[in-house]
Amino acid sequence: MIADGLPLLEATVLWSALLAPLPMGMLAWRFPPQRIATVLLIAMLLLPASLWLLHRVAVGGELQGAGSLGGLLLHWRMDALAGLLLLLTQLVLLASAAYAVCYQRVSALHQRAYARYWPLLGGLAAALGLIWVAADLLTLYAALELMGLCAVGMLLLLGEKSALMAGMRYLLYALVGSLAWLLGAALLLGASGRLDLAGLAANGAPEAVTGIAIALLAAGLLLKAAIFPLHGWLVPVHASAWAPVSALHGALVVKASFFILMQLWQRLVPEAVAAAWLLGGLGSLAVVWGGLQALRTNALKQVVAWSTVGQLGYLMLAFPLLTGTSAAVATLAWQATWLQLAGHALAKGAMFMAAGNLVLAAGKGGLSDLAGTSRRLPLSLMAFGLAAVSLMGLPPSAGFTAKWLLLTSAILAGQWPWVVVLGVGTLLTAAYVFRVFRFAFVEDEHRPEVRSLPAGVDLTALLLALAALGLGLGAEWPLALLREEGTP
Amino acid sequence: MSGGLLVLAALGTSLFAALLIFLLPERAFRARTGLNLGAALIKLSLVAWMVWGLSRGREYAVEFAVLEELAFVLRADALGIMFAGLSSLLWLFTTVYAIGYLEDSPNRKRFFGFFSLCVASTFGISLAGNLFTFLVFYELLTLSTYPLVVHRGTYRALAAGRVYLRYTLTAGLVLMIGMVALHALAGDIRFGQRELLAEFGPEDRLMLVGLFWVLIAGFGVKAAIVPLHGWLPRAMVAPAPVSALLHAVAVVKAGAFGIVRLVYDVYGIELSAKLGLLNGLVAVASATILYGSLRALAQQELKPRLAYSTVSQVSYIVLGVGLFGPLGTIAALSHLLHQGLMKITLFFCAGNYAEELGIHRIDELDGVGRRMPLTSLAFTVGALGMIGLPPVVGFLSKWYLGMGSIQAGMPWVIAVLVASSLLNAAYFLPLLDRLWFRPGPDHGVGEWPEERRLGRLETHAWLLVPTMATALFCLMAGALAGLPFSPLEWATRVTNVEYLP
Repeated sequence: MIADGLPLLEATVLWSALLAPLPMGMLAWRFPPQRIATVLLIAMLLLPASLWLLHRVAVGGELQGAGSLGGLLLHWRMDALAGLLLLLTQLVLLASAAYAVCYQRVSALHQRAYARYWPLLGGLAAALGLIWVAADLLTLYAALELMGLCAVGMLLLLGEKSALMAGMRYLLYALVGSLAWLLGAALLLGASGRLDLAGLAANGAPEAVTGIAIALLAAGLLLKAAIFPLHGWLVPVHASAWAPVSALHGALVVKASFFILMQLWQRLVPEAVAAAWLLGGLGSLAVVWGGLQALRTNALKQVVAWSTVGQLGYLMLAFPLLTGTSAAVATLAWQATWLQLAGHALAKGAMFMAAGNLVLAAGKGGLSDLAGTSRRLPLSLMAFGLAAVSLMGLPPSAGFTAKWLLLTSAILAGQWPWVVVLGVGTLLTAAYVFRVFRFAFVEDEHRPEVRSLPAGVDLTALLLALAALGLGLGAEWPLALLREEGTP
Repeated sequence: MSGGLLVLAALGTSLFAALLIFLLPERAFRARTGLNLGAALIKLSLVAWMVWGLSRGREYAVEFAVLEELAFVLRADALGIMFAGLSSLLWLFTTVYAIGYLEDSPNRKRFFGFFSLCVASTFGISLAGNLFTFLVFYELLTLSTYPLVVHRGTYRALAAGRVYLRYTLTAGLVLMIGMVALHALAGDIRFGQRELLAEFGPEDRLMLVGLFWVLIAGFGVKAAIVPLHGWLPRAMVAPAPVSALLHAVAVVKAGAFGIVRLVYDVYGIELSAKLGLLNGLVAVASATILYGSLRALAQQELKPRLAYSTVSQVSYIVLGVGLFGPLGTIAALSHLLHQGLMKITLFFCAGNYAEELGIHRIDELDGVGRRMPLTSLAFTVGALGMIGLPPVVGFLSKWYLGMGSIQAGMPWVIAVLVASSLLNAAYFLPLLDRLWFRPGPDHGVGEWPEERRLGRLETHAWLLVPTMATALFCLMAGALAGLPFSPLEWATRVTNVEYLP
């Protein structure tokens, strides 16, 4: 793919940073890394590249371009949001990789299965990167499919029956979602003859066609993002996957679909207030339903997975707050959404890792098996707790700062229902998190000794959770970049 | 050292101590003890340095932007440093006490780690320079006290912890919504920028009154204002040093301090009076004072009686805040410190009785004065202070409250004070009678519930010394109230500098 008419250096760095994970993953398939140092070395190459790109975007504004692939013209653009998301992705992937290196030493994963984790990770990294920068429906489709396939492949690593079932179920859902997407894209192509987002926004198809098309696209994306009531596939998938994989799924994979939906919405139907309120309503139901289910389930990883269903609901509140509201409200909601997304990605990644550690050490995954872990596994429990602080939206954390912004935005817009939703969500989250802690603090029961874990697994989870906390206080840097760019 | 660094260093002392304690292994008893005491001493001296510097007009502040138009601000003003001074002084004593109290018990690492975090939060609360920063540390305090409340891990402790969280997290949420709404209305109000809200016209009055009560409800849960006090008596299952922390140093004080900040530094006393908010505050406080005392009278166990006494005593602070005029303000601010000194003494004593003799019920106290004279002496000092007898500090609080109520034109408040003092006497004097004048096991009547003989003195030295020290402070702060840097003198200074209407 060739960029035309653009700073060549930036484009080269961007595309090497985006695609480099693919060969790296292949290499690691052949020689699976056994030490964290190897993983960190690779990060030394990728992270500075993203930081430099972000700097270029902040100084010189959006980068964009198009490249032809056969007869097709594919568009891409990189703004501050895409740069920040790229950075976030790399951080979380790096954490998952580092975690996996340590975790596989103690978990019962076959070496050959472990080796297969790496090309899938590379593919996921490339797919996510593509999604952040893609600016036409075709590239987005290809990237989404690549992401979905890598995600399913990762689910099958464990080879357990439950994971297999969940993986197949996920594949089925994802295929239905893709079908809806293809239909929508075809409608738009037929009506306006083009697929690039900017072009579609400028001289779009007739309103009715756009409406139907966006409805189809949205349905497909909502299914992939597991937004209530289309969340059925998420919990078995996230709860049964290998811990480093669960962390990736919960932190990043579901977010990509949300990101695409937001992009389409902003460009194609920025005025659809009723539909936006519908999405907000779905999000509210997700918050309540996810919270209630997390409160009822008796397995630790399921609690964490249901929590994802609830937390994704917060993101949906962005639609009513961005559609047809004043500039001040929209700016606040825009920042709140991406901060919430980033905070949740870091915290949920940390929480799945911590949960994986607790389950591994306790030997079983039930909540009642956690008795006494507060004494025996203080570090894992601490990581779990710190991640939970961000999910509950308690200070100091990205979740808290995002909630503050979201509340301000809802109050300024006079959209009081969302204030109630945020309140209920906070209390429900606190309820299921502290339910876990109550089990962990029980001292009366006698339990056999838990197995000890390598320090790396606890440390990775802890660092990721601390990043979620730190982002709460250091939010001004990324948010200032977003503000300068303005809401689209 | 520059001003900002000093603030950060003082905050960092306890944060760093918490981190190190979490990293140390459970069995590293000596290192942990050294770390605890060292951090407490360093912090106390840093705060003392700031008190000295403030009195010479130095500035200590640090701030950075968290969001557009929202800053994280830590600033040492006279009021904040007063609360910081109290918490770091009492932290030292509570640390010593806790080391003695938890000897040989499991999970000490977790306990002291969260204990340090708790103190860091209290320090943050005291120096917070706007409502946002206040909220950050206020919620951190909730989180760091929960593991302390459920420390024993028994069914009762976990149930109490659940009630505690229900109350405090809901309150935190209410507080956050109120603060966000106020922020949306008036922007980032630094403590002391009273003119911002005073400028609003009559059309926003209703909103301001509504937000005031929303915020008071949020603070009122931690300050244990009736009917939001339900968590406090139940949290009694926690170990004695935690009770001391909850009642005297951190939690209820944080709530009361929040109310002080809200009235004096956000709304301003004049706007509050103009909006008619103070009358409501005085009414709520009076009801809480009487209700708490009545419930205390009905308790048969020592710690619950002290707990309800806290409900009543903390509302003296709220009462003083509600009395318009400098004397009421002095009463409120000085009682913030006085109550802490007296209550911590009483809880230390209750802990000593429970540890040494296994005493939990009031009717088991007969004749303890002979077996544990020093502890009982300290208890007597605390109890007489609560009743309001000179020269113990409690007398000063009540005196200024009475004077303040006349100044504010609410003489009926004196009736509340008299009634409350009579009730205080009714529930404390019988205890003193049992301690000193009834025959007990040491006179050959009956036997102690569970005697342990913890040390060569009447009990373990680590338990006895802090108890005596805080009792001594109660007496000194009362008898030497006129000297510079006494609580009363500093409260008067704060009032004169900042709040004189």
